[in-house]
Amino acid sequence: MRMVSRKNKDRVARWLSLAITVLAIIPLLWIICSVVVNGISAINLEFITGVPAPYGESGGGIANAIFGTLIINAMASIFGIPVGILTGMYLSEYATKGKFSSAIRTSVESFSGVPSIIFGIFAFTIIVTNVRHYTALAAAFALGIMMIPIVAKATEESMRVVSDDMREAAIALGVPKWVRTVKIVLGVARGGVITGSLLAFARISGETAPLLFTALFSFYWPTGIDQPMATLQVLIYNFALSGYQERVLQAWGASLLLVMLVVAINIVVKIVTRQKYKEGI
Amino acid sequence: MQGKKSSSHYNRQDAVFKYLLISASLLVVGLFAALFLMLIRGSLPSILGNGLGFLTGTTWDPINGIYGALPAILTTIVTSLLAVGIAIPVALGIAIFFTEYAPVKAKFPLTVFIDLLAAIPSVIFGIWGLWIIAPLIKTYVQQPLVTSIGFIPIFGGPAYGISLSLASLILAIMVIPIIASLAIELLSRTPITLKEGMISLGATKWESVMRVGLPFARMGVIAAVMLGLGRALGETMAITMVIGNSYMWPFANPSIFAPATSITSKIASEFYEATSAIYAGSLIELALTLLIITLATNVAFRYIINKTNKEAKR
Repeated sequence: MRMVSRKNKDRVARWLSLAITVLAIIPLLWIICSVVVNGISAINLEFITGVPAPYGESGGGIANAIFGTLIINAMASIFGIPVGILTGMYLSEYATKGKFSSAIRTSVESFSGVPSIIFGIFAFTIIVTNVRHYTALAAAFALGIMMIPIVAKATEESMRVVSDDMREAAIALGVPKWVRTVKIVLGVARGGVITGSLLAFARISGETAPLLFTALFSFYWPTGIDQPMATLQVLIYNFALSGYQERVLQAWGASLLLVMLVVAINIVVKIVTRQKYKEGI
Repeated sequence: MQGKKSSSHYNRQDAVFKYLLISASLLVVGLFAALFLMLIRGSLPSILGNGLGFLTGTTWDPINGIYGALPAILTTIVTSLLAVGIAIPVALGIAIFFTEYAPVKAKFPLTVFIDLLAAIPSVIFGIWGLWIIAPLIKTYVQQPLVTSIGFIPIFGGPAYGISLSLASLILAIMVIPIIASLAIELLSRTPITLKEGMISLGATKWESVMRVGLPFARMGVIAAVMLGLGRALGETMAITMVIGNSYMWPFANPSIFAPATSITSKIASEFYEATSAIYAGSLIELALTLLIITLATNVAFRYIINKTNKEAKR
């Protein structure tokens, strides 16, 4: 009898944990369905190619926001990815047990725990208050800093798992250390560095809080990178809270585009890393 | 490379490369120090002007120059704790299903789901929470509860939809994947010999995970909770869109169905209006307070996780 009740307990645990897992998947499916169902009706040619209509007028598009998100992300990547890779290389190949290395490690790890709105305030106090106007450069600065810890960690971890045989073979051949680090160790680890950079790009594509006090928003095409710039993220926030039905619908349309971008990058990364695991096994 | 280069030439290249790496790393350290210094400098008008009353005051009245941050700080802590409280059992359920019961074929799709849920931008959670969940929760959860047990102050009416409890719920959904993926990693580390020993002695999978898996991962699970807590404390957009941005909670209206204001939603919704130095300084001091709280949870997380990693290696 006792055996049966223990087995029953196990069966209950199995079904309960399955039910909880299904329950946790529901919000994801629900969000994706809401975004697709509401967003798809907003999308048409004018929506993709036009700029937002002035308040009170109907129609208009979000092309300037799509463009702005891509420009700011590109500028953030130009700043964040190289610094992240160099820092990761340092941590993996050059770091010692000394205070300098541990200060770098602590800074990188602490950065990844800092709330994104804090980076927005940081960029505001360091750039916006000095140039005295909102600028897309400040947004790229804030987002770039957010990329550094992700890229650095991915670089460090994928370089660390490179076998020491490679390094020793390079030393035996008399290859200088920088060639060994860049061409051999980084060369072997490049897959991990690329996926880390892609994930960092996906991550900042969805960040909104750092843009609020930096790039602000604009109803027009960008005139320069030192000017306020519309982004998909801030457009969703502003339009969703605007109270006008058409604007809310456009916010859903922008959400669809943003989710497609972020999900596409994540799925590409998943497929690529899965193939690598298979090859590894 | 052409011809034979002298070794001193290589030495110079090596030195240049090393300095390049060091300067990039120094930039990171410098940025981190600058982050702190700029926030402290930015909040000086408030630190000098408001004093300690900033942390204990309950009124926020920029027109009369009164800045008390206590409701925002309490809201941030309470919503995050509630969210993590909801998320822990769900995340552990997912981790137990994944490591013990899930068929091998289901594991990859499951990790895709968990990672995608973690990747959805917070502003999307915000628009979904505001326009889809808030009306539903108002009609089907809050109103019935208010009419049945509304005499208890923390469940009191009226039901607004957007509220402290909705913010906690959305936050819980956002931190579930973070806690779950770390818990999966930790439970997968259970020494296989211990697990096999349990099973060969006739234990069920449930008994093996309860007696060996979870106790073995105990400290790590606490670390996972700290990680989720850190994320919840600093979350901005989703919270700002669903919490209602009212300074009533908890002193004027203690109900969890009442709209509230967190540190992040206060900053996000008022930073543009902050024209005077002390107003902007007060908001930056809020950000500084948040930074200190989240760094403390982050340090606790890393301390615990390093300890468990060392134990796992032994």
